[in-house]
Amino acid sequence: MSDIPNNLKYCKTHEWISDPVDGIVTIGITDHAQEQLGDLVFVELPEAGTTISAEGECAVVESVKAASDIYSPLSGEVVESNELLADAPETINSDPYGEGWIFKLRLNNESELDSLLDADSYGEAVAAEEH
Amino acid sequence: MPFIPHTEEEVRDMLAAIGVDSIENLFDEIPAELRCGQLDTLPAALSEMEVAGLMAQRAKQDGQPACFIGAGAYDHHIPAAVWEIATRGEFYSAYTPYQAEASQGTLQLLYEYQSMMTALTGMDVSNASLYDGASALAEAVLMAVRANRKSKSRKVLIPRNLHPSYRKVTQAIVNNQGIELVELPFDKEGGHTNPATLEAYAGQDIAALVIPQPNFFGVLEEVDALTDWAHANGALAIAVVNPLALALLAPPGEWGEKGADICCGEGQPLGAPLSSGGPYFGFMCCSQALVRQMPGRIVGRTRDLDGKEGYTLTLQAREQHIRRSKATSNICTNQGLMVTAATIHMALLGSEGLERVAAACHQNTQQLVSQLSAIEGVEPLFNRPMFHEQALRLPAATDKLLASLADQGLLGGYDLAGEYPELGDSLLVCATEKRSQQEMDDYAKALKKLLS
Repeated sequence: MSDIPNNLKYCKTHEWISDPVDGIVTIGITDHAQEQLGDLVFVELPEAGTTISAEGECAVVESVKAASDIYSPLSGEVVESNELLADAPETINSDPYGEGWIFKLRLNNESELDSLLDADSYGEAVAAEEH
Repeated sequence: MPFIPHTEEEVRDMLAAIGVDSIENLFDEIPAELRCGQLDTLPAALSEMEVAGLMAQRAKQDGQPACFIGAGAYDHHIPAAVWEIATRGEFYSAYTPYQAEASQGTLQLLYEYQSMMTALTGMDVSNASLYDGASALAEAVLMAVRANRKSKSRKVLIPRNLHPSYRKVTQAIVNNQGIELVELPFDKEGGHTNPATLEAYAGQDIAALVIPQPNFFGVLEEVDALTDWAHANGALAIAVVNPLALALLAPPGEWGEKGADICCGEGQPLGAPLSSGGPYFGFMCCSQALVRQMPGRIVGRTRDLDGKEGYTLTLQAREQHIRRSKATSNICTNQGLMVTAATIHMALLGSEGLERVAAACHQNTQQLVSQLSAIEGVEPLFNRPMFHEQALRLPAATDKLLASLADQGLLGGYDLAGEYPELGDSLLVCATEKRSQQEMDDYAKALKKLLS
Protein backbone atom coordinates (compact mmCIF):
# COMPACT_ATOMS: atom_id res chain seq x y z
CA MET A 1 0.00 0.00 0.00
CA SER A 2 1.45 3.33 -0.99
CA ASP A 3 1.90 6.33 1.26
CA ILE A 4 -0.97 8.89 1.22
CA PRO A 5 -0.34 11.70 3.74
CA ASN A 6 -3.40 13.15 5.44
CA ASN A 7 -2.34 16.79 5.19
CA LEU A 8 -2.59 16.91 1.38
CA LYS A 9 -5.36 16.99 -1.22
CA TYR A 10 -5.42 14.72 -4.27
CA CYS A 11 -6.97 14.18 -7.64
CA LYS A 12 -7.80 11.01 -9.54
CA THR A 13 -5.02 11.60 -12.05
CA HIS A 14 -2.55 11.05 -9.15
CA GLU A 15 -1.36 14.56 -8.40
CA TRP A 16 -1.14 15.88 -4.83
CA ILE A 17 -1.83 19.47 -3.81
CA SER A 18 -0.66 21.21 -0.63
CA ASP A 19 -2.84 23.59 1.36
CA PRO A 20 -2.58 27.11 -0.07
CA VAL A 21 -0.21 29.63 1.49
CA ASP A 22 -0.96 33.18 0.31
CA GLY A 23 -2.96 31.69 -2.56
CA ILE A 24 -0.07 29.48 -3.71
CA VAL A 25 -0.14 25.66 -3.70
CA THR A 26 2.62 23.14 -4.29
CA ILE A 27 1.87 20.27 -6.68
CA GLY A 28 3.56 16.92 -7.25
CA ILE A 29 2.69 13.33 -8.08
CA THR A 30 1.74 10.73 -5.50
CA ASP A 31 3.74 7.82 -4.17
CA HIS A 32 1.35 5.51 -6.01
CA ALA A 33 2.01 7.35 -9.29
CA GLN A 34 5.79 7.18 -8.97
CA GLU A 35 5.53 3.46 -8.13
CA GLN A 36 3.46 2.83 -11.26
CA LEU A 37 5.82 4.83 -13.48
CA GLY A 38 9.00 3.20 -12.21
CA ASP A 39 12.42 4.86 -12.27
CA LEU A 40 12.04 8.41 -13.53
CA VAL A 41 14.70 9.59 -15.94
CA PHE A 42 13.44 12.99 -17.05
CA VAL A 43 10.96 15.66 -16.06
CA GLU A 44 9.77 18.40 -18.39
CA LEU A 45 8.92 21.27 -16.06
CA PRO A 46 6.40 24.04 -16.70
CA GLU A 47 7.92 27.49 -17.26
CA ALA A 48 7.37 30.04 -14.51
CA GLY A 49 4.82 32.59 -15.71
CA THR A 50 2.80 30.08 -17.72
CA THR A 51 -0.93 30.24 -17.11
CA ILE A 52 -2.66 26.90 -17.05
CA SER A 53 -6.23 25.79 -16.88
CA ALA A 54 -7.61 23.06 -14.66
CA GLU A 55 -7.07 19.62 -16.19
CA GLY A 56 -4.63 21.08 -18.73
CA GLU A 57 -1.35 19.31 -19.43
CA CYS A 58 1.45 21.15 -17.70
CA ALA A 59 4.43 18.81 -17.32
CA VAL A 60 5.74 15.48 -18.55
CA VAL A 61 7.40 12.83 -16.42
CA GLU A 62 9.37 10.22 -18.28
CA SER A 63 10.40 6.85 -16.92
CA VAL A 64 12.28 4.11 -18.72
CA LYS A 65 8.86 2.71 -19.66
CA ALA A 66 6.80 5.68 -20.72
CA ALA A 67 6.38 9.43 -20.85
CA SER A 68 3.25 10.58 -19.01
CA ASP A 69 1.51 13.92 -18.86
CA ILE A 70 0.94 15.68 -15.57
CA TYR A 71 -2.41 17.43 -15.52
CA SER A 72 -2.85 20.53 -13.47
CA PRO A 73 -5.66 19.86 -11.01
CA LEU A 74 -6.32 23.59 -10.70
CA SER A 75 -6.13 26.74 -12.80
CA GLY A 76 -3.65 29.52 -12.18
CA GLU A 77 -0.18 30.80 -12.95
CA VAL A 78 3.00 28.79 -12.44
CA VAL A 79 5.22 30.76 -10.05
CA GLU A 80 8.08 28.31 -9.71
CA SER A 81 9.08 24.85 -10.84
CA ASN A 82 11.47 22.50 -9.08
CA GLU A 83 14.78 22.97 -10.90
CA LEU A 84 16.34 20.21 -8.79
CA LEU A 85 14.39 17.73 -10.92
CA ALA A 86 16.21 18.75 -14.09
CA ASP A 87 19.36 17.03 -12.83
CA ALA A 88 17.82 14.60 -10.37
CA PRO A 89 14.41 13.41 -11.63
CA GLU A 90 14.74 10.31 -9.41
CA THR A 91 14.00 12.60 -6.46
CA ILE A 92 10.33 12.06 -7.33
CA ASN A 93 10.82 8.33 -6.72
CA SER A 94 12.62 8.78 -3.41
CA ASP A 95 10.64 11.67 -1.94
CA PRO A 96 7.44 12.31 -3.93
CA TYR A 97 5.80 14.49 -1.25
CA GLY A 98 8.93 16.45 -0.21
CA GLU A 99 11.97 17.27 -2.33
CA GLY A 100 10.21 15.75 -5.34
CA TRP A 101 7.56 18.49 -5.67
CA ILE A 102 7.07 19.59 -9.28
CA PHE A 103 5.69 23.13 -9.41
CA LYS A 104 4.00 25.90 -7.44
CA LEU A 105 0.79 27.46 -8.70
CA ARG A 106 -0.85 30.77 -7.81
CA LEU A 107 -4.53 29.89 -7.83
CA ASN A 108 -7.09 31.78 -9.87
CA ASN A 109 -9.90 30.53 -7.74
CA GLU A 110 -9.44 28.91 -4.33
CA SER A 111 -12.90 27.37 -4.50
CA GLU A 112 -11.52 24.91 -7.05
CA LEU A 113 -9.81 23.26 -4.06
CA ASP A 114 -13.23 21.97 -2.94
CA SER A 115 -13.40 19.57 -5.84
CA LEU A 116 -10.23 17.74 -4.76
CA LEU A 117 -10.14 14.44 -2.90
CA ASP A 118 -8.95 13.99 0.68
CA ALA A 119 -6.50 11.24 1.62
CA ASP A 120 -9.21 8.69 2.38
CA SER A 121 -11.11 9.23 -0.86
CA TYR A 122 -7.92 9.12 -2.90
CA GLY A 123 -6.92 5.91 -1.09
CA GLU A 124 -10.25 4.39 -2.11
CA ALA A 125 -9.77 5.54 -5.70
CA VAL A 126 -6.34 3.89 -5.81
CA ALA A 127 -7.71 0.70 -4.26
CA ALA A 128 -10.54 0.64 -6.82
CA GLU A 129 -8.05 1.11 -9.65
CA GLU A 130 -6.03 -1.84 -8.44
CA HIS A 131 -9.03 -4.18 -8.56
CA MET B 1 2.08 -13.03 -58.84
CA PRO B 2 1.02 -11.80 -55.41
CA PHE B 3 3.40 -12.79 -52.60
CA ILE B 4 0.66 -13.47 -50.07
CA PRO B 5 1.10 -16.91 -48.54
CA HIS B 6 -2.43 -17.48 -47.21
CA THR B 7 -4.71 -19.93 -48.97
CA GLU B 8 -8.39 -19.09 -49.47
CA GLU B 9 -9.22 -21.66 -46.85
CA GLU B 10 -6.93 -20.01 -44.29
CA VAL B 11 -8.45 -16.63 -45.00
CA ARG B 12 -11.96 -18.10 -44.52
CA ASP B 13 -10.88 -19.67 -41.20
CA MET B 14 -9.41 -16.41 -39.94
CA LEU B 15 -12.51 -14.43 -40.90
CA ALA B 16 -14.74 -17.07 -39.23
CA ALA B 17 -12.63 -16.88 -36.05
CA ILE B 18 -13.33 -13.17 -35.67
CA GLY B 19 -16.91 -13.39 -36.95
CA VAL B 20 -16.58 -11.36 -40.13
CA ASP B 21 -18.00 -12.43 -43.50
CA SER B 22 -15.47 -10.95 -45.89
CA ILE B 23 -12.24 -8.98 -45.96
CA GLU B 24 -14.21 -6.09 -47.41
CA ASN B 25 -16.23 -5.92 -44.17
CA LEU B 26 -13.04 -5.19 -42.21
CA PHE B 27 -13.00 -1.76 -43.87
CA ASP B 28 -16.60 -0.94 -42.96
CA GLU B 29 -15.67 1.75 -40.47
CA ILE B 30 -14.00 3.88 -43.14
CA PRO B 31 -16.71 6.20 -44.54
CA ALA B 32 -17.60 5.32 -48.13
CA GLU B 33 -16.71 8.79 -49.46
CA LEU B 34 -13.14 8.38 -48.23
CA ARG B 35 -12.63 5.08 -50.05
CA CYS B 36 -11.02 5.25 -53.45
CA GLY B 37 -13.38 2.64 -54.84
CA GLN B 38 -12.39 0.93 -58.06
CA LEU B 39 -9.05 2.05 -59.45
CA ASP B 40 -10.46 2.64 -62.92
CA THR B 41 -7.48 4.53 -64.29
CA LEU B 42 -5.03 1.72 -63.54
CA PRO B 43 -4.21 -0.30 -66.64
CA ALA B 44 -4.58 -4.07 -66.55
CA ALA B 45 -1.84 -6.03 -64.78
CA LEU B 46 1.20 -7.15 -66.79
CA SER B 47 3.02 -10.42 -66.38
CA GLU B 48 6.48 -10.47 -64.84
CA MET B 49 7.98 -11.08 -68.29
CA GLU B 50 6.13 -8.09 -69.76
CA VAL B 51 7.18 -5.82 -66.88
CA ALA B 52 10.84 -6.85 -67.21
CA GLY B 53 10.70 -6.08 -70.94
CA LEU B 54 9.07 -2.70 -70.40
CA MET B 55 11.59 -1.70 -67.74
CA ALA B 56 14.56 -2.75 -69.88
CA GLN B 57 13.17 -0.59 -72.67
CA ARG B 58 12.74 2.41 -70.37
CA ALA B 59 16.21 1.98 -68.86
CA LYS B 60 17.58 2.17 -72.38
CA GLN B 61 15.94 5.58 -72.82
CA ASP B 62 18.05 6.86 -69.92
CA GLY B 63 21.19 6.31 -71.96
CA GLN B 64 24.55 7.00 -70.35
CA PRO B 65 24.50 10.79 -70.05
CA ALA B 66 27.15 12.81 -68.21
CA CYS B 67 25.26 14.34 -65.28
CA PHE B 68 25.98 17.96 -64.36
CA ILE B 69 22.78 18.28 -62.33
CA GLY B 70 22.98 18.59 -58.55
CA ALA B 71 20.17 20.50 -56.86
CA GLY B 72 19.83 18.16 -53.91
CA ALA B 73 20.79 14.75 -55.34
CA TYR B 74 24.33 14.05 -56.46
CA ASP B 75 25.99 11.63 -58.86
CA HIS B 76 28.81 10.22 -56.73
CA HIS B 77 30.93 7.12 -57.15
CA ILE B 78 29.78 4.31 -54.88
CA PRO B 79 32.42 1.64 -54.25
CA ALA B 80 31.18 -1.76 -55.46
CA ALA B 81 31.64 -3.21 -51.98
CA VAL B 82 28.97 -0.91 -50.50
CA TRP B 83 25.90 -2.54 -52.02
CA GLU B 84 27.54 -5.96 -52.20
CA ILE B 85 27.69 -5.90 -48.39
CA ALA B 86 24.46 -3.97 -47.79
CA THR B 87 22.42 -6.52 -49.77
CA ARG B 88 23.73 -9.54 -47.88
CA GLY B 89 20.86 -11.46 -46.28
CA GLU B 90 21.96 -10.44 -42.79
CA PHE B 91 21.51 -6.74 -43.59
CA TYR B 92 18.94 -6.76 -46.36
CA SER B 93 15.98 -5.27 -44.54
CA ALA B 94 14.62 -1.80 -43.93
CA TYR B 95 12.68 -3.04 -40.94
CA THR B 96 13.12 -1.46 -37.50
CA PRO B 97 15.08 -3.82 -35.20
CA TYR B 98 12.66 -3.76 -32.28
CA GLN B 99 13.74 -7.21 -31.13
CA ALA B 100 17.17 -6.57 -29.70
CA GLU B 101 17.76 -10.29 -29.11
CA ALA B 102 17.41 -10.99 -32.83
CA SER B 103 19.02 -7.85 -34.26
CA GLN B 104 22.41 -7.23 -32.66
CA GLY B 105 24.20 -6.86 -36.00
CA THR B 106 21.75 -4.30 -37.39
CA LEU B 107 21.65 -2.44 -34.08
CA GLN B 108 25.43 -2.25 -33.90
CA LEU B 109 25.54 -0.96 -37.45
CA LEU B 110 23.01 1.77 -36.60
CA TYR B 111 25.04 2.64 -33.52
CA GLU B 112 28.15 2.99 -35.68
CA TYR B 113 26.15 5.12 -38.13
CA GLN B 114 25.06 7.44 -35.31
CA SER B 115 28.67 7.70 -34.10
CA MET B 116 29.86 8.60 -37.62
CA MET B 117 27.15 11.23 -38.03
CA THR B 118 27.94 12.89 -34.71
CA ALA B 119 31.64 12.92 -35.67
CA LEU B 120 30.80 14.47 -39.04
CA THR B 121 28.38 17.09 -37.71
CA GLY B 122 30.07 17.84 -34.40
CA MET B 123 26.72 17.34 -32.63
CA ASP B 124 26.12 15.35 -29.43
CA VAL B 125 23.48 12.90 -30.65
CA SER B 126 22.22 11.38 -33.89
CA ASN B 127 19.05 9.40 -34.48
CA ALA B 128 18.94 6.29 -36.63
CA SER B 129 17.72 8.35 -39.65
CA LEU B 130 14.49 9.74 -41.03
CA TYR B 131 12.62 9.49 -44.31
CA ASP B 132 14.51 12.01 -46.46
CA GLY B 133 16.19 15.40 -46.27
CA ALA B 134 13.05 17.46 -46.80
CA SER B 135 10.93 15.69 -44.19
CA ALA B 136 13.92 15.72 -41.81
CA LEU B 137 13.78 19.51 -41.99
CA ALA B 138 10.04 19.47 -41.31
CA GLU B 139 10.73 17.29 -38.26
CA ALA B 140 13.50 19.66 -37.18
CA VAL B 141 11.10 22.62 -37.37
CA LEU B 142 8.45 20.77 -35.33
CA MET B 143 11.14 19.75 -32.84
CA ALA B 144 12.47 23.30 -32.50
CA VAL B 145 9.00 24.68 -31.84
CA ARG B 146 8.43 21.98 -29.17
CA ALA B 147 11.83 22.50 -27.59
CA ASN B 148 11.94 26.29 -27.56
CA ARG B 149 9.56 26.71 -24.66
CA LYS B 150 10.47 30.38 -24.13
CA SER B 151 9.07 31.18 -27.56
CA LYS B 152 5.30 31.37 -27.98
CA SER B 153 5.12 32.64 -31.57
CA ARG B 154 5.53 29.30 -33.44
CA LYS B 155 7.32 31.40 -36.06
CA VAL B 156 10.34 30.03 -37.92
CA LEU B 157 12.61 31.94 -40.32
CA ILE B 158 13.40 29.98 -43.46
CA PRO B 159 15.62 31.37 -46.24
CA ARG B 160 14.46 31.54 -49.85
CA ASN B 161 17.83 30.13 -50.92
CA LEU B 162 17.01 26.84 -49.17
CA HIS B 163 16.06 23.92 -51.46
CA PRO B 164 12.56 24.72 -52.88
CA SER B 165 11.32 21.16 -52.30
CA TYR B 166 12.42 21.30 -48.67
CA ARG B 167 10.46 24.52 -48.21
CA LYS B 168 7.35 22.99 -49.82
CA VAL B 169 7.50 19.75 -47.85
CA THR B 170 8.10 21.59 -44.59
CA GLN B 171 5.22 23.96 -45.32
CA ALA B 172 2.91 21.02 -46.08
CA ILE B 173 3.80 19.23 -42.85
CA VAL B 174 3.88 22.12 -40.36
CA ASN B 175 1.18 24.33 -41.84
CA ASN B 176 -1.72 22.61 -40.12
CA GLN B 177 0.08 22.66 -36.80
CA GLY B 178 -0.13 26.42 -36.48
CA ILE B 179 3.52 27.02 -37.36
CA GLU B 180 4.35 30.02 -39.53
CA LEU B 181 7.33 29.86 -41.89
CA VAL B 182 8.67 33.32 -42.67
CA GLU B 183 10.74 33.55 -45.86
CA LEU B 184 14.10 35.36 -45.72
CA PRO B 185 15.31 37.02 -48.95
CA PHE B 186 18.76 36.26 -50.32
CA ASP B 187 21.48 38.72 -51.20
CA LYS B 188 21.40 39.62 -54.91
CA GLU B 189 25.18 39.65 -55.27
CA GLY B 190 26.25 36.94 -52.85
CA GLY B 191 23.29 34.55 -53.11
CA HIS B 192 23.58 34.09 -49.35
CA THR B 193 21.45 35.25 -46.44
CA ASN B 194 23.06 38.50 -45.43
CA PRO B 195 23.04 38.56 -41.61
CA ALA B 196 22.06 42.24 -41.83
CA THR B 197 18.64 41.27 -43.26
CA LEU B 198 17.90 39.49 -39.99
CA GLU B 199 17.91 42.77 -38.11
CA ALA B 200 14.33 43.29 -39.30
CA TYR B 201 13.40 40.43 -36.94
CA ALA B 202 15.57 41.40 -33.97
CA GLY B 203 13.69 41.50 -30.70
CA GLN B 204 10.72 39.61 -32.18
CA ASP B 205 9.64 36.25 -30.82
CA ILE B 206 11.20 33.75 -33.26
CA ALA B 207 11.27 30.02 -32.42
CA ALA B 208 14.02 29.02 -34.84
CA LEU B 209 16.21 30.07 -37.77
CA VAL B 210 16.97 27.60 -40.57
CA ILE B 211 20.56 27.82 -41.89
CA PRO B 212 21.52 25.86 -45.03
CA GLN B 213 25.21 25.08 -45.68
CA PRO B 214 25.76 25.19 -48.56
CA ASN B 215 22.48 26.75 -49.70
CA PHE B 216 20.51 25.66 -52.80
CA PHE B 217 22.76 27.79 -55.04
CA GLY B 218 25.83 25.99 -53.69
CA VAL B 219 26.85 29.21 -51.92
CA LEU B 220 28.43 29.08 -48.48
CA GLU B 221 26.60 30.98 -45.75
CA GLU B 222 28.03 33.05 -42.91
CA VAL B 223 27.01 30.32 -40.52
CA ASP B 224 28.75 31.70 -37.42
CA ALA B 225 27.01 35.07 -37.63
CA LEU B 226 23.62 33.46 -38.40
CA THR B 227 23.89 30.98 -35.51
CA ASP B 228 24.92 33.67 -33.07
CA TRP B 229 22.06 35.90 -34.25
CA ALA B 230 19.58 33.09 -33.58
CA HIS B 231 20.87 32.51 -30.07
CA ALA B 232 21.05 36.22 -29.25
CA ASN B 233 17.39 36.50 -30.25
CA GLY B 234 16.07 33.50 -28.31
CA ALA B 235 15.75 31.30 -31.43
CA LEU B 236 17.15 27.84 -31.99
CA ALA B 237 19.55 27.34 -34.91
CA ILE B 238 18.61 24.55 -37.35
CA ALA B 239 21.44 23.55 -39.71
CA VAL B 240 20.54 21.94 -43.06
CA VAL B 241 23.77 20.53 -44.45
CA ASN B 242 25.21 18.40 -47.21
CA PRO B 243 27.03 15.70 -45.20
CA LEU B 244 29.79 15.45 -47.80
CA ALA B 245 30.51 19.17 -47.53
CA LEU B 246 31.19 18.66 -43.81
CA ALA B 247 34.35 16.76 -44.72
CA LEU B 248 35.76 20.20 -45.58
CA LEU B 249 33.62 22.74 -43.71
CA ALA B 250 33.19 23.57 -40.02
CA PRO B 251 30.67 21.16 -38.49
CA PRO B 252 27.36 22.66 -37.27
CA GLY B 253 28.26 21.74 -33.68
CA GLU B 254 30.99 24.38 -33.92
CA TRP B 255 29.04 27.17 -35.61
CA GLY B 256 29.20 30.46 -33.72
CA GLU B 257 29.65 30.65 -29.98
CA LYS B 258 27.36 27.77 -29.02
CA GLY B 259 26.95 25.66 -32.15
CA ALA B 260 23.72 24.79 -33.97
CA ASP B 261 20.99 23.16 -31.87
CA ILE B 262 19.64 20.80 -34.52
CA CYS B 263 21.33 19.57 -37.67
CA CYS B 264 19.57 17.70 -40.47
CA GLY B 265 19.90 16.97 -44.16
CA GLU B 266 19.81 14.51 -47.01
CA GLY B 267 21.98 11.41 -46.73
CA GLN B 268 21.93 10.51 -50.44
CA PRO B 269 25.53 11.68 -51.12
CA LEU B 270 26.69 8.93 -48.74
CA GLY B 271 26.29 5.81 -50.86
CA ALA B 272 22.77 6.05 -52.29
CA PRO B 273 22.48 5.99 -56.11
CA LEU B 274 20.44 8.74 -57.84
CA SER B 275 17.87 6.11 -58.80
CA SER B 276 15.19 8.47 -60.17
CA GLY B 277 14.83 10.23 -56.83
CA GLY B 278 14.85 7.57 -54.17
CA PRO B 279 14.85 5.85 -51.83
CA TYR B 280 17.21 8.20 -50.01
CA PHE B 281 17.39 8.92 -46.28
CA GLY B 282 17.24 11.91 -43.97
CA PHE B 283 19.55 12.40 -41.04
CA MET B 284 19.10 14.36 -37.85
CA CYS B 285 21.47 15.24 -35.03
CA CYS B 286 21.03 17.55 -32.05
CA SER B 287 22.58 18.81 -28.85
CA GLN B 288 22.30 16.71 -25.70
CA ALA B 289 19.88 19.25 -24.20
CA LEU B 290 17.29 18.55 -26.91
CA VAL B 291 17.61 14.78 -27.16
CA ARG B 292 14.21 14.05 -25.61
CA GLN B 293 12.49 16.18 -28.23
CA MET B 294 14.25 14.41 -31.09
CA PRO B 295 11.94 12.24 -33.23
CA GLY B 296 12.91 8.84 -34.47
CA ARG B 297 14.92 6.01 -33.06
CA ILE B 298 18.20 6.02 -31.20
CA VAL B 299 20.32 2.94 -30.68
CA GLY B 300 22.29 2.78 -27.45
CA ARG B 301 25.20 0.62 -26.34
CA THR B 302 24.85 -1.14 -23.01
CA ARG B 303 25.85 -4.26 -21.06
CA ASP B 304 23.61 -7.24 -20.50
CA LEU B 305 23.17 -9.22 -17.26
CA ASP B 306 26.34 -11.21 -17.98
CA GLY B 307 28.33 -8.03 -18.54
CA LYS B 308 28.53 -8.54 -22.29
CA GLU B 309 28.33 -5.54 -24.60
CA GLY B 310 25.02 -5.22 -26.43
CA TYR B 311 22.93 -2.77 -28.43
CA THR B 312 19.28 -1.81 -28.11
CA LEU B 313 16.80 0.90 -29.05
CA THR B 314 16.73 3.52 -26.32
CA LEU B 315 14.80 6.67 -25.34
CA GLN B 316 11.64 5.18 -26.78
CA ALA B 317 9.28 6.58 -24.16
CA ARG B 318 8.09 9.35 -26.49
CA GLU B 319 7.66 7.22 -29.58
CA GLN B 320 4.36 6.48 -31.26
CA HIS B 321 3.92 2.93 -29.99
CA ILE B 322 3.89 4.31 -26.44
CA ARG B 323 2.67 7.92 -26.74
CA ARG B 324 0.28 7.47 -29.67
CA SER B 325 -0.91 10.88 -30.89
CA LYS B 326 1.36 12.65 -28.39
CA ALA B 327 4.52 11.07 -29.76
CA THR B 328 7.37 13.36 -30.81
CA SER B 329 6.66 12.20 -34.34
CA ASN B 330 4.34 9.85 -36.12
CA ILE B 331 6.41 9.65 -39.27
CA CYS B 332 9.73 8.66 -37.73
CA THR B 333 10.54 5.98 -40.27
CA ASN B 334 14.16 4.94 -40.24
CA GLN B 335 15.53 4.21 -43.68
CA GLY B 336 17.43 1.19 -42.44
CA LEU B 337 18.72 -0.15 -45.70
CA MET B 338 19.95 3.19 -47.05
CA VAL B 339 21.65 3.85 -43.72
CA THR B 340 23.31 0.44 -43.90
CA ALA B 341 24.79 1.45 -47.25
CA ALA B 342 25.79 4.89 -45.93
CA THR B 343 27.56 3.36 -42.93
CA ILE B 344 29.51 0.96 -45.11
CA HIS B 345 30.24 3.80 -47.56
CA MET B 346 31.62 6.05 -44.81
CA ALA B 347 33.58 3.19 -43.26
CA LEU B 348 35.20 2.37 -46.62
CA LEU B 349 36.09 5.96 -47.45
CA GLY B 350 37.06 7.05 -43.96
CA SER B 351 37.43 10.71 -43.08
CA GLU B 352 40.33 11.08 -45.49
CA GLY B 353 38.41 9.54 -48.37
CA LEU B 354 35.36 11.74 -47.76
CA GLU B 355 37.62 14.77 -47.67
CA ARG B 356 39.22 13.81 -50.99
CA VAL B 357 35.82 13.27 -52.63
CA ALA B 358 34.56 16.62 -51.33
CA ALA B 359 37.70 18.40 -52.50
CA ALA B 360 37.51 16.75 -55.95
CA CYS B 361 33.87 17.90 -56.32
CA HIS B 362 34.80 21.45 -55.33
CA GLN B 363 37.71 21.48 -57.74
CA ASN B 364 35.76 19.96 -60.65
CA THR B 365 32.94 22.46 -60.28
CA GLN B 366 35.43 25.33 -60.21
CA GLN B 367 37.04 23.96 -63.35
CA LEU B 368 33.67 23.56 -65.08
CA VAL B 369 32.54 27.05 -64.10
CA SER B 370 35.74 28.61 -65.39
CA GLN B 371 35.36 26.79 -68.72
CA LEU B 372 31.68 27.69 -69.09
CA SER B 373 32.26 31.29 -68.00
CA ALA B 374 34.77 31.68 -70.82
CA ILE B 375 31.78 31.50 -73.19
CA GLU B 376 30.36 34.88 -74.22
CA GLY B 377 27.34 35.80 -72.07
CA VAL B 378 27.82 33.05 -69.46
CA GLU B 379 28.88 34.18 -65.99
CA PRO B 380 28.46 33.22 -62.33
CA LEU B 381 25.34 34.76 -60.76
CA PHE B 382 26.83 35.08 -57.29
CA ASN B 383 30.23 36.15 -56.08
CA ARG B 384 30.50 34.24 -52.78
CA PRO B 385 32.50 31.03 -52.24
CA MET B 386 30.70 27.81 -53.16
CA PHE B 387 31.02 24.11 -52.38
CA HIS B 388 30.29 22.00 -55.47
CA GLU B 389 27.52 23.87 -57.26
CA GLN B 390 27.29 27.22 -58.96
CA ALA B 391 24.47 29.28 -60.43
CA LEU B 392 25.25 30.71 -63.87
CA ARG B 393 23.57 33.46 -65.87
CA LEU B 394 22.87 32.43 -69.48
CA PRO B 395 22.33 34.60 -72.58
CA ALA B 396 19.47 32.42 -73.91
CA ALA B 397 16.46 30.44 -72.70
CA THR B 398 17.70 27.73 -70.31
CA ASP B 399 15.09 25.07 -71.06
CA LYS B 400 15.87 25.03 -74.79
CA LEU B 401 19.62 24.87 -74.15
CA LEU B 402 19.16 21.97 -71.72
CA ALA B 403 17.04 20.06 -74.22
CA SER B 404 19.69 20.48 -76.93
CA LEU B 405 22.46 19.41 -74.53
CA ALA B 406 20.44 16.35 -73.49
CA ASP B 407 20.28 15.32 -77.14
CA GLN B 408 24.08 15.20 -77.01
CA GLY B 409 24.18 13.04 -73.86
CA LEU B 410 24.77 15.95 -71.48
CA LEU B 411 22.52 16.68 -68.53
CA GLY B 412 23.53 20.30 -68.31
CA GLY B 413 22.16 21.33 -64.95
CA TYR B 414 19.08 22.53 -63.12
CA ASP B 415 16.98 25.30 -64.68
CA LEU B 416 16.50 27.88 -61.92
CA ALA B 417 13.81 29.87 -63.76
CA GLY B 418 10.92 27.70 -62.54
CA GLU B 419 11.51 28.24 -58.83
CA TYR B 420 13.39 31.54 -59.06
CA PRO B 421 11.85 33.59 -61.90
CA GLU B 422 13.61 36.67 -60.50
CA LEU B 423 16.95 35.19 -61.63
CA GLY B 424 16.00 35.15 -65.32
CA ASP B 425 17.76 32.70 -67.65
CA SER B 426 19.95 30.84 -65.22
CA LEU B 427 21.33 27.40 -64.58
CA LEU B 428 22.63 25.56 -61.52
CA VAL B 429 25.57 23.31 -62.41
CA CYS B 430 27.44 20.68 -60.44
CA ALA B 431 30.49 18.58 -61.34
CA THR B 432 31.11 15.78 -58.86
CA GLU B 433 34.30 13.73 -58.62
CA LYS B 434 32.84 11.48 -61.36
CA ARG B 435 33.00 14.11 -64.10
CA SER B 436 36.10 13.77 -66.23
CA GLN B 437 38.02 16.58 -67.90
CA GLN B 438 36.84 15.13 -71.20
CA GLU B 439 33.17 15.42 -70.17
CA MET B 440 33.68 19.00 -69.03
CA ASP B 441 35.41 19.83 -72.32
CA ASP B 442 32.50 18.24 -74.21
CA TYR B 443 30.02 20.29 -72.19
CA ALA B 444 31.85 23.59 -72.73
CA LYS B 445 32.24 22.86 -76.43
CA ALA B 446 28.57 21.93 -76.86
CA LEU B 447 27.32 24.98 -74.96
CA LYS B 448 29.61 27.30 -76.89
CA LYS B 449 28.31 25.93 -80.17
CA LEU B 450 24.68 26.29 -79.07
CA LEU B 451 25.22 29.90 -78.05
CA SER B 452 27.22 30.99 -81.09
